[in-house]
Amino acid sequence: MEVVNSKQTQGAAQTPKGMKISGAEALIHCLLAEGVDLIYGYPGGAIMPVYDELYKFQDRLTHILTRHEQGATHAAQGYARVSGKVGVAMATSGPGATNLVTGLADAQIDSTPMVCITGQVPRHLLGSDAFQETDIVGISTPVTKWNYQITKASEIPEIIAKAFYIARSGRPGPVLVDITKNAQFDALDFDYTPCTSVRSYHPLPVATEESVEAAASLINRAKKPFIIFGQGVILGEAEEELEAFVEKSGIPAAWTILGHSALSSDHPLNVGMVGMHGNYGPNVLTNECDVLIAIGMRFDDRVTGNLDTYAKQAKIIHLEIDPAEIDKNVKVDVALLGDSKDSLARLLPKIEAKSHPQWLKEFEEKHQIEYKQIIERDLYPTKEGLTMGEVVRGINEASGEKAVIVSDVGQHQMIACRYARFKQSKSNITSGGLGTMGFALPAAIGAQMGAPERPVVAVIGDGGYQMTIQELGVIYQHQLPVKIVVLNNDFLGMVRQWQQLFFDKRYASTVMVNPDFVKIAEGYQIKARRVEKREDLNDAIAEMMASEEPYFLEVRVEKEDNVFPMIPSGASVSDIRLS
Amino acid sequence: METKYFTISVYSENNVGLLNRISGIFLKRHINIESLNVSKSEIKDVSKFTIVVFTTEDWTRKIVQQIEKQVEVIKAYYHEDDEIIFQDTALFKIASHLLFDERQIQNIIKASHAQIVTVSRDFFVLAKTGRRHEIEDMYHQLEPYGIMQFVRSGRIAVSKEAMPIRELLAEIEEKQHL
Ligand SMILES: Cc1ncc(C[n+]2csc(CCOP(=O)(O)OP(=O)(O)O)c2C)c(N)n1
Repeated sequence: MEVVNSKQTQGAAQTPKGMKISGAEALIHCLLAEGVDLIYGYPGGAIMPVYDELYKFQDRLTHILTRHEQGATHAAQGYARVSGKVGVAMATSGPGATNLVTGLADAQIDSTPMVCITGQVPRHLLGSDAFQETDIVGISTPVTKWNYQITKASEIPEIIAKAFYIARSGRPGPVLVDITKNAQFDALDFDYTPCTSVRSYHPLPVATEESVEAAASLINRAKKPFIIFGQGVILGEAEEELEAFVEKSGIPAAWTILGHSALSSDHPLNVGMVGMHGNYGPNVLTNECDVLIAIGMRFDDRVTGNLDTYAKQAKIIHLEIDPAEIDKNVKVDVALLGDSKDSLARLLPKIEAKSHPQWLKEFEEKHQIEYKQIIERDLYPTKEGLTMGEVVRGINEASGEKAVIVSDVGQHQMIACRYARFKQSKSNITSGGLGTMGFALPAAIGAQMGAPERPVVAVIGDGGYQMTIQELGVIYQHQLPVKIVVLNNDFLGMVRQWQQLFFDKRYASTVMVNPDFVKIAEGYQIKARRVEKREDLNDAIAEMMASEEPYFLEVRVEKEDNVFPMIPSGASVSDIRLS
Repeated sequence: METKYFTISVYSENNVGLLNRISGIFLKRHINIESLNVSKSEIKDVSKFTIVVFTTEDWTRKIVQQIEKQVEVIKAYYHEDDEIIFQDTALFKIASHLLFDERQIQNIIKASHAQIVTVSRDFFVLAKTGRRHEIEDMYHQLEPYGIMQFVRSGRIAVSKEAMPIRELLAEIEEKQHL
């Protein structure tokens, strides 16, 4: 059977076309036909027939037992984000299914291709409040790109094919397929045809020639053009096109946290990060540019601050694949509705080769201000306490800027995104839109398995670490060489920072009473070390980066450091605070 | 921005979960659905949602974008009242003796062009199709005599301009066969 599938390896060789097999076995063949060789999940009553088949197919399909279903979703996400393939997570009905909801919501808002498969009570019990029955299709509707309940075995091939197609095409996203237990047991005549289109679904718009012309003409006339790119560049595999566009046009380019690593950190036109804790220059100069070119980004409120004062002076060009994003938050002058790769490639020959030295100087001046006031102190502190920034710098140096960095949510995330340097795309894995604490540890598992040849470093806060800490069990069991760095400030740091700045230092429930993290790691037989003094830091990071086994490093950092710059919520990008 | 009535027409595949997805889009934005009607359309196996909202054009456009984003939605449109032909239908159940005791009721029926759907010993049923305000008027006229039951349907509408779904589907099918 021919499998039309560019992104995943083909595995359909032994698909039993036309044979009568059970729904559960059919599901496995569907997954294999989609090129899936790795699933994260957790078994239970309503999905047992599928697990029975997984047992039989373990030589071709690896199932990783995460220690919580949420972990399975984040692992699938981490896998998808580093590899560009669809991540797969599986759970039983009821509590198993509801435990997937956070990961689904995270994947939905961050456009991550993921297929979740849940077991469901047998069809004849649906609606009877049966044991572990929950309406997961109803529950997951707002957090999935598409979902479906299979109640007949014969539906399995077509629906699974559709699920993968929808998850990965256009603007990717999570899909949930709920399968009643009878459909897993019943037999069907198996025939698998990959899905290549759905009549009502048009995932790949193509930018009109007029829009390309209009954009080029705005760009060619611009005196102070500015690019902000997001994950759309990575999802569209348009990194080369972006670089070529930036270089030919000479336009300074900044990134959203999900766009980070799409353009090399040392590229001279890479001017840094936009958004609430982004760099000073790109934020302030957003309100001074004359043409703003937004590429595969969606003007999230953490990027724009107050919309009433956002880039009002600029003509705005939006390269975007999802029609619903056009004019959603920011009214644009020209929309290039299409795949970022295609739109950029078509724009390139129409733009004039230019440089903008005066304009670039403005970025450089702003950078100098930020460097003196913030960056230098973060990266090369002279005070006694360790900073999160110097740890991230240490990781950059020890890894040669080649690591995948998976961050959790909070201060350490902003520091990791600000200071992590990358040479390669798909390297910055973080929960952007949802800000899901607990994301990093399981996502790092997925990232390591999706990019086994690359060093993967999880940077996590002491709070978020404890939300999914049980996934250490997976790292231990499979001896995944994940490097876990907990930046321990004994606070829910980011919330504490807001309490300090906006709630008169009333530290309500943000003080953490933490366990001995080293002992916990050691309990999982993971090599572990704690650093409290600067003189030990580099040695510990070097030891960690050299380790071929899992490694845990706790760094005791300054308790009450704040992340700056900061755009207070509701303020304008030009009102970014340096202290 | 000015708030007014907009009628949203959604052509979709027949799908159980879609109503949930579509209503969620309104729910999320706290936009009240004034009326909702689901029916078949002029095309076999294509359903049509007719949704009335009272809001700004900007919100309506954003909602339509979100609706169109749903996998099973073929196409969605929005119209202002002067761009469509639209009707509501209402049923009034009234005690039969009033027909004879209250002469005025017969005048109301004549003047409103309502239809008598059925008459039995105990009650009769009036059907009135028309604009929302005509139905409201009739309601207020009948109310003093006692209405045993009342129900009004959601708005149904056809647009003056074409909504070329057939052409769209033909185009898609052609592309798929390439
Ligand atoms: C699941 C979840 N619950 C709550 C929050 C709100 N929140 C955002 S940052 C943060 C503090 C994180 O603390 P920690 O993990 O210690 O990291 P730090 O900020 O100290 O680096 C909290 C509670 C969240 N983002 N996610």
